[in-house]
Amino acid sequence: MTPSSTPTHPATAGVRLHIVTGKGGTGKTTVAAALAIAIARQGKKVLLAEVEDRQGISQIFDIAPLAHAETLIFNDPAGGSLWGLAVEPKAALLEYLHKFYRLGRAGGLLEKLGAVDFATTIAPGLRDVLLIGKVYEAVGRRTGRGRSAAPVYDAVVLDAPPTGRIGRFLGVNEEVAEIAKVGPIRGQADSITALLQSRITAVHVVTLLEEMPVQECIDALAELTAKRMPLGGIVVNQVRDPILSDADLDDLAGGASPQLRAAIADDLTHAGVAQPNTTADTLLAEAAEHLERLDLQGEQDQRIQAQGRAVFYLTALADGLQSGGITVLADELHAQGMV
Amino acid sequence: MARPTGSPSLRLDDLIADPQTRIVVCCGSGGVGKTTTAAALGVRAAEQGRRVVVLTIDPALRLAQSLGLTALDNTPRPVTGIDTASGGSLDAMMLDMKRTFDEVVEQHATPEKAAQILANPFYVAVSSSFAGTQEYMAMEKLGQLREQARREDRWDLIVVDTPPSRSALDFLDAPKRLGSFLDGRFIRILVAPAKAGGKAYFKAVGATVTVAVGVMTKVLGGDLLRDVQTFVAALDTMFGGFRERADATYALLQDAETAFVVVASPDRDALREASFFVERLGQERMPLAGVVVNRVQTLAGNLSRSRAEDAAAALDEATPRSSASADLLRLHADLATMAERHQAQIGRFRSGNPGIAVTQVPAAARDIHDLEGLREVGATLAG
Repeated sequence: MTPSSTPTHPATAGVRLHIVTGKGGTGKTTVAAALAIAIARQGKKVLLAEVEDRQGISQIFDIAPLAHAETLIFNDPAGGSLWGLAVEPKAALLEYLHKFYRLGRAGGLLEKLGAVDFATTIAPGLRDVLLIGKVYEAVGRRTGRGRSAAPVYDAVVLDAPPTGRIGRFLGVNEEVAEIAKVGPIRGQADSITALLQSRITAVHVVTLLEEMPVQECIDALAELTAKRMPLGGIVVNQVRDPILSDADLDDLAGGASPQLRAAIADDLTHAGVAQPNTTADTLLAEAAEHLERLDLQGEQDQRIQAQGRAVFYLTALADGLQSGGITVLADELHAQGMV
Repeated sequence: MARPTGSPSLRLDDLIADPQTRIVVCCGSGGVGKTTTAAALGVRAAEQGRRVVVLTIDPALRLAQSLGLTALDNTPRPVTGIDTASGGSLDAMMLDMKRTFDEVVEQHATPEKAAQILANPFYVAVSSSFAGTQEYMAMEKLGQLREQARREDRWDLIVVDTPPSRSALDFLDAPKRLGSFLDGRFIRILVAPAKAGGKAYFKAVGATVTVAVGVMTKVLGGDLLRDVQTFVAALDTMFGGFRERADATYALLQDAETAFVVVASPDRDALREASFFVERLGQERMPLAGVVVNRVQTLAGNLSRSRAEDAAAALDEATPRSSASADLLRLHADLATMAERHQAQIGRFRSGNPGIAVTQVPAAARDIHDLEGLREVGATLAG
């Protein structure tokens, strides 16, 4: 457990709805899960929701596939708890119809006639309103009636669609403008937009320090800004640990000298490593490649820094998410004050 | 890298050298390097004498530039800098999904009707944002390129990169999904209720249909439903042609002239997707050449992780001549850990997919964004 004294970064302070996006393959589900764990470990009740029918959450936590119902993933000793939800558009539509039209069993008939399929595929905007609508409801749900009633969830973390679709996904208002000018859908879209643009929401973009993910991250930030979505942080995932000290880097810059190679070979002999000379060459070649990677990371990191946003870094775990890696990431986010 | 005996390795040089191979489809989940693999295969095949066209969907900017792709204009253009000594050539293009859809409509309808469809708001929505349109249009474009290759004899190999979908299977399912949506029960009810199952059926469910249409009108708005009705009615005449084309392309993918290359990275998720895809291709009887695993950490020398860690600890206790020695050993241990993890993941994939050929592409220190980089990748793919 990390100390809860880290001050929360101003970019995320007071946020109750964390929306996590990023290019495919950057680890946005992992980051969303780590963020949710970090919050739950502070004694909070957290909902982690996914909307793409991928069962990413159940895979990360190694639990049975989630349904369209909130499921307890774990209770934290600090009194917090983490809940998981896989929002499913058809179930959301039926819930919605039931709520606004009191359809009762007619919902089943609609399903039978293919009308539910039709409605959830026909208008991507409607589908998104339904998906975010469920999240919206969870954020606003209270333990009792009246204004003083506490929210059921202290925080909701949404594993959102990737950067290529995030603008459209969150821009529900424009999306449904065509299909609904008045009525409950319109009202729902308006309420969702009000929540999304409020200060309790933050959209975080996950990236790797590679060209394409960084480009998509920058593009997404611009698009979200234009849509007046409140931006949270940029989470840079899988950052290579420099391992080498500044002194090492100075020694290695511009290629290793014969003296350095000889010194390393001597040290290897001393440490009982077989074939010290060949091994020294191997190590120096690895270091050269490592330096090249660090350079590339540095270049991309400058592009990220130039965005002028809060940036949080997660180190690449050599053994991946096995053996509790996800909680290491949660601790890193907390230590940097993201939550 | 040592391979357990019995697990074949993928030899892509053999595949591209075989004149019977006319289409190579690169597929896999997002972010695994599909486009790079497709481009590298295209470059290598061209320099070995094939006349190649590469269809890319959404390439990284610098990779696109390396292929001379500056505009998404839906037209194959020659790639400069290719060694044509063996008589080959390389063209490349980026898919314009909406343009491709428009062309299909224009080909299948009278000019008057086409104009009507293209202006329909529902068509505009479907052609630019319907989940699966990109996959559908990638298939359509593939079919068109194949026809053009046959007609003009301009290419003898088409390499296709598949759309960056959330899951590798979308590529196979999306065209059917769009088709079955347009053919869906509720749409048929909207357009012509009697067609849904004869008059008797309609009478029996008439009241329900009225309720359903009523609710849908409330939920979706009357305008949208009217747009759908006119769109589907306009499309109906050309719908047979539409479906026929999709079926023809699907059949093309089952043909022996096609080879699928499943691309993955050495992560659990990407390899699980790859397994699903391998299984699915088998079910659909689509020819799988093998699996390319990109970005694999390799390890030079024979210093194991634990020996490197021990040696680093020993140096911490002593006074080494260079302060870098212990750090370099730790770096090596780190790389060794990653290499072990990658091999463990790949090993699991191999044992779950016996007999499937696999090739590994070592992780490059830099992004690939020029022909030279693509040539290097091509060389590791060679087998």
